[in-house]
Amino acid sequence: MCDQTFLAVVFGPCDKCSKEKPLRAVYIKSEQLSYCSLCVEMVQLVGLHHRLKLHGLIPPSDITHKHRDLPGQSFDAGLSNHRLFAVHQVAERVEALGQFVMKTRRTLKGHGNKVLCMDWCKDKRRIVSSSQDGKVIVWDSFTTNKEHAVTMPCTWVMACAYAPSGCAVACGGLDNKCSVYPLTFDKNENMAAKKKSVAMHTNYLSACSFTNSDMQILTASGDGTCALWDVESGQLLQSFHGHGADVLCLDLAPSETGNTFVSGGCDKKAMVWDMRSGQCIQSFETHDSDINSVRYYPSGDAFASGSDDATCRLYDLRADREVAIYSKESIIFGASSVDFSLSGRLLFAGYNDYTINVWDVLKGSRVSILFGHENRVSTLRVSPDGTAFCSGSWDHTLRVSA
Amino acid sequence: STTNNIAQARKLVEQLRIEAGIERIKVSKASSELMNYCEQHARNDPLLVGVPASENPFKDKKPCIIL
Repeated sequence: MCDQTFLAVVFGPCDKCSKEKPLRAVYIKSEQLSYCSLCVEMVQLVGLHHRLKLHGLIPPSDITHKHRDLPGQSFDAGLSNHRLFAVHQVAERVEALGQFVMKTRRTLKGHGNKVLCMDWCKDKRRIVSSSQDGKVIVWDSFTTNKEHAVTMPCTWVMACAYAPSGCAVACGGLDNKCSVYPLTFDKNENMAAKKKSVAMHTNYLSACSFTNSDMQILTASGDGTCALWDVESGQLLQSFHGHGADVLCLDLAPSETGNTFVSGGCDKKAMVWDMRSGQCIQSFETHDSDINSVRYYPSGDAFASGSDDATCRLYDLRADREVAIYSKESIIFGASSVDFSLSGRLLFAGYNDYTINVWDVLKGSRVSILFGHENRVSTLRVSPDGTAFCSGSWDHTLRVSA
Repeated sequence: STTNNIAQARKLVEQLRIEAGIERIKVSKASSELMNYCEQHARNDPLLVGVPASENPFKDKKPCIIL
């Protein structure tokens, strides 16, 4: 991120176990106590156990067994007798994938500084990208030609999105706003002149996306909120409060499954929202650090997240829990961006160690690793027809690979 | 500030109640449905099964010519 925010940590004796550790504030029966992170986990675990018992998901019995945490089963420790499955156990009989050969097919050069965000157009060939130097460029990925370019009045344009019609792009960043630029092929027209300011936040814009039409935009901001705006009038239609820190990413559910979206933030939580009521429907907090990227599974029943804790995780919405972790001991840098292939079998993740790892979603194993970028990968999207994926990096380039 | 804390805790409990009240299915069922979705759509996934160079616009050696 552009500026570092440091969490002020209180160090001292834990109110539960009395050990000297970094403390977090916990509310128990309306009283504020300071627990160390281990005791916080224990309290949450007891609470979860109680919740599951209330719904008959586990039979009433004491928490006497303490199972070791196994990958993909982070909720298991302490829950007796029931083995909760992770996807890779159910997918044991699925055929393993063969070797993948993916290469960079196009390199888009032209940005003068770090590429921060990119998006594909629905026509499967155009790409919009934004960078730290304030430039937003629209490319034709087949020919690598630049079709449009506009300079924003601010630096660090952290979010950009293509309109579904292909006639406009939205972008924003440190200016705290999301602006929409209609795309015109008229050489005499200045793109910046037709700019329309749509969203206004009180902190930086971290992500934006059009909904199913050109008429509404969903934004996420460093002020901890997400918001839905009407493009024509600039009016705020709905705001979404609940994150305890900066919201870094969002993704809309695929159209067949309705009006929800998922957001991820610096509070390590991924939250699923109802767009009409503004209500948070589900939340997931299993990551150990900021969630940089969230992306829905193609069926809409699950979503993946990439985080600074160097793992990607898969959460199932109908089971309401994490069902897979994609990590390796050798991967210690954060994942900045994730996306699924068309069938959902592959998960592409761009990391801060300059690589792109390709994971087998069902088996939980890595199938391929791509090199090529000379600095951290900041953004990654698979094309709408699934034939290729584009990655943008701090090395000022975008690469289309297939 | 205690009234603030109580109000905050109340909101948190309200939110947790809503979240606890949703319908859940078993992970084994959810996982097998994810598997089925993958298997059904695997054939149409170009990055998974690979498409011949003649059909993938990015794999062409010469750039596309637009008329």
